[in-house]
Amino acid sequence: MATFKEFRNNVKPNWCPGCGDFSVQAAIQRAAANVGLEPEGMAIVSGIGCSGRISGYINSYGFHGIHGRCLPIAQGVKMANRDLTVIASGGDGDGFAIGMGHTIHAIRRNIDITYIVMDNQIYGLTKGQTSPRSAAGFKTKSTPQGSIEPALSPMEMALTAGATFVAQSFSTDLKDLTAIIEAGIKHKGFSLINVFSPCVTYNKVNTYDWFKENLTKLSDIEGYDSSSRETAMQTLMAHNSLVTGIIYQDLQRKSYQELIPGYAETPLTQADLHLDQGSFDKLAAEFM
Amino acid sequence: MINQLSWKVGGQQGEGIESTGEIFSIALNRLGYYLYGYRHFSSRIKGGHTNNKIRVSTTETRSIADDLDILVAFDQETIDVNYKELNKTGIIIADTKFKPVRPDDTDAALYSIPFTEMAAELGTSLMKNMVAVGSSSAVLGLDIHVFNEVVEEIFGRKGAQIVQKNLEAIREGYDYMKALLGNNQGTLELAKADGQKRLFMIGNDAIALGALAGGCRFMAAYPITPASEIMEYLIKKLPPLGGTVIQTEDEIAACTMAIGANYAGVRALTASAGPGLSLKMEAIGLSGITETPLVIVDTQRGGPSTGLPTKQEQSDLMAMIYGTHGEIPKIVMAPSTVEEAFYDTAEAFNLAEEYQCPVIILSDLQLSLGKQTVHPLQFDQVEIRRGKLVTDPIPEPADKAYFKRYEVTEDGVSPRVLPGTKNGIFHVTGVEHDETGKPSEVASNRKKQMDKRMRKTKNIRFNTPIHKNCKHEDSDLLIVGFNSTRGVIEEAMDRLEQEGIKANHAHVRLIHPFPADEMLPLVRRAKKVVVIENNATGQLANILKMNVGHADKITSILKYDGNPFLPHTVHTECKELFEYGNI
Ligand SMILES: Cc1ncc(C[n+]2csc(CCOP(=O)(O)OP(=O)(O)O)c2C)c(N)n1
Ligand code: SF4
Ligand SMILES: [Mg+2]
Repeated sequence: MATFKEFRNNVKPNWCPGCGDFSVQAAIQRAAANVGLEPEGMAIVSGIGCSGRISGYINSYGFHGIHGRCLPIAQGVKMANRDLTVIASGGDGDGFAIGMGHTIHAIRRNIDITYIVMDNQIYGLTKGQTSPRSAAGFKTKSTPQGSIEPALSPMEMALTAGATFVAQSFSTDLKDLTAIIEAGIKHKGFSLINVFSPCVTYNKVNTYDWFKENLTKLSDIEGYDSSSRETAMQTLMAHNSLVTGIIYQDLQRKSYQELIPGYAETPLTQADLHLDQGSFDKLAAEFM
Repeated sequence: MINQLSWKVGGQQGEGIESTGEIFSIALNRLGYYLYGYRHFSSRIKGGHTNNKIRVSTTETRSIADDLDILVAFDQETIDVNYKELNKTGIIIADTKFKPVRPDDTDAALYSIPFTEMAAELGTSLMKNMVAVGSSSAVLGLDIHVFNEVVEEIFGRKGAQIVQKNLEAIREGYDYMKALLGNNQGTLELAKADGQKRLFMIGNDAIALGALAGGCRFMAAYPITPASEIMEYLIKKLPPLGGTVIQTEDEIAACTMAIGANYAGVRALTASAGPGLSLKMEAIGLSGITETPLVIVDTQRGGPSTGLPTKQEQSDLMAMIYGTHGEIPKIVMAPSTVEEAFYDTAEAFNLAEEYQCPVIILSDLQLSLGKQTVHPLQFDQVEIRRGKLVTDPIPEPADKAYFKRYEVTEDGVSPRVLPGTKNGIFHVTGVEHDETGKPSEVASNRKKQMDKRMRKTKNIRFNTPIHKNCKHEDSDLLIVGFNSTRGVIEEAMDRLEQEGIKANHAHVRLIHPFPADEMLPLVRRAKKVVVIENNATGQLANILKMNVGHADKITSILKYDGNPFLPHTVHTECKELFEYGNI
């Protein structure tokens, strides 16, 4: 069985020292090893942004696509080969701005992939503009007077969109983050994991210290029931969405692939590409 | 007795005009006639004039007729809009209900038949279409027993009584018309056809069937006219083969999902029309730089923006060749018949895997939706070729080195490994990358990778890149077209020949990379070159000039009013160009 070291490749990340994304990378590697994956059995599809580089930093199949589209690419991969463990990942701009349409529909569709968002409340790669996750009043290069749009709560949004797995974590909390990614991979359906992953270069407000001060662990809330959507929503509202842990999980609903009529149990990549003459003749006869 | 005629049914959209045409033509097809259909419709569901024009012939026909023999009208608007098309012996058959008026300036006879009333007496006025079908059959002198089978197939699941009533409606319409015709019986009677069973389908059917035959097992798409039939067919047929269709949230998702599936190793398709293709552009570039196979269908319609969404146009040509920022190898093919749409779609999946690049199958509304008689499709001609797909075990690399997925090779094509393969790990990125797929901005690497990619399609192997009918060594006219204009051009050519004009015909099937070597001699040996195209700027003519020169003798006959060309237009305009044209 592969250890987490086998999920390391020999590429040196070009992230700034101290960037939250390093821990996300480490947590994915650990979680993959912990659930018993082999490097070739995993495909990481990522978006564009500092965070999007992550697929190049893990020893597994990796696909670094275009801005905002990691989810449809990842869903296509999973549809083609259901035996692969597919992880989609990207930034808050990638998933909640340009790719928001895909995010909502991937949640609804519930294909069995794990989506990890590295949420730094800013656009890192383009050097510090506002993001849909930036709080009102947040000053950036594109909002010099402070943002006049409120921040989006992806967790609340996911709950209303019919999510079956909604979790949030903090990148320094490697143990907790690893456990959540493991749970996400094991979840049979779409899992959304939003990770607070500070940008030390462009976000001087939402820093490591700021998160430490403001986050509440769900494990510290007595009797928190992650199977209740209502509790989940109320808790998010009560804490301004600043909670970590598995917020909601629906263990009943079947994944998209389990519900498709006729869909092969074995990977589609192994399907026979040839029709036989008899089946073709039958298809053609319908047009006579 | 005549050997061919043109029939049209018209009325308000949503009134069953479609099904009238459908049932009538299925019956004619069963009797062995060759058919070619054209649907005039608009972008609304109920209301608005719609019509369905069908050419019926005892011999092969691939275009709409210039004129009209029979106009079946369910409202006065149908008469008013269409009567000018009727020829000298043409007739109008109209529902008595709307008190049809025959325009003063026509020779056409008007037969008023109580379609609605007769149908209502039989149980429901919905069956007025059947009465009209029966009346039409009487004019053509058809043996209406053929409807027994057709009506059973269509209404069988609704019960025997419904079938019976519909057959009665046909019979009553038939008898009523017979009586009305009296002495005029026979003027529009069609010679008997050979009774052979032939395929009767639209281009989109052939594209979808071609995809199945070509090993496509997954499709991601977003509905749009005139492409939706492809996804609607495949969602019925893919599940028994283990595959499926996903209707995505938009075309960007459709295209990128297809890219993901192709990367993972399934033959995946996406299809759309202009607006969707515009959204797919960035993803097409991703397929290009990551060398991920991708097959896209573009069923052209009137643009730009929403343009003329239900009308014929061929104006996406340049966008399909050049669309996406930056430069990538790409293959753009343009089938010109329903048969070619089948073979080309199946082949597109081979080309996509062999050249590891996006392949666009260009169609147009008339080819995609025009229902017509089709030659038998030879399934045994369909091959599955997967190019440099690595299937042998890969030895363990030293020190976790990545597989050279983008190895610089002589033909530019690199070995392709599918995710999941042991020891085959490599990286894919839309960023410029080295041979293992790791991002690299090094100038020398950029040049190497760019050259490698662009080299791939330089010497593309493509069966019949130009369909040629060039019997003249030196021609007066070389007529060039692509997609659905093939039939009109052929018909116009016959007429030009009869008038002593030496015309050759070249229909371009591989638009990009352009088959310049094959086209150049044809252009050289022609006095004039006329490009027939449904757009306003002469896109194919410009491509021709760019690739083979001779700008001084190349011109276009253009039509961009939303309607397909008629043989008559092509014929007379070509003739004028030949006789007077100073190109
Ligand atoms: C279509 C398109 N528009 C814009 C860009 C430029 N761009 C690259 S990354 C990015 C935003 C990055 O922010 P985020 O997704 O939060 O990632 P981070 O860098 O913060 O990890 C933008 C706007 C692009 N690559 N593609
Ligand atoms: S700019 Fe911010 S997000 Fe990007 S690498 Fe640096 S710290 Fe990380
Ligand atoms: Mg960000």
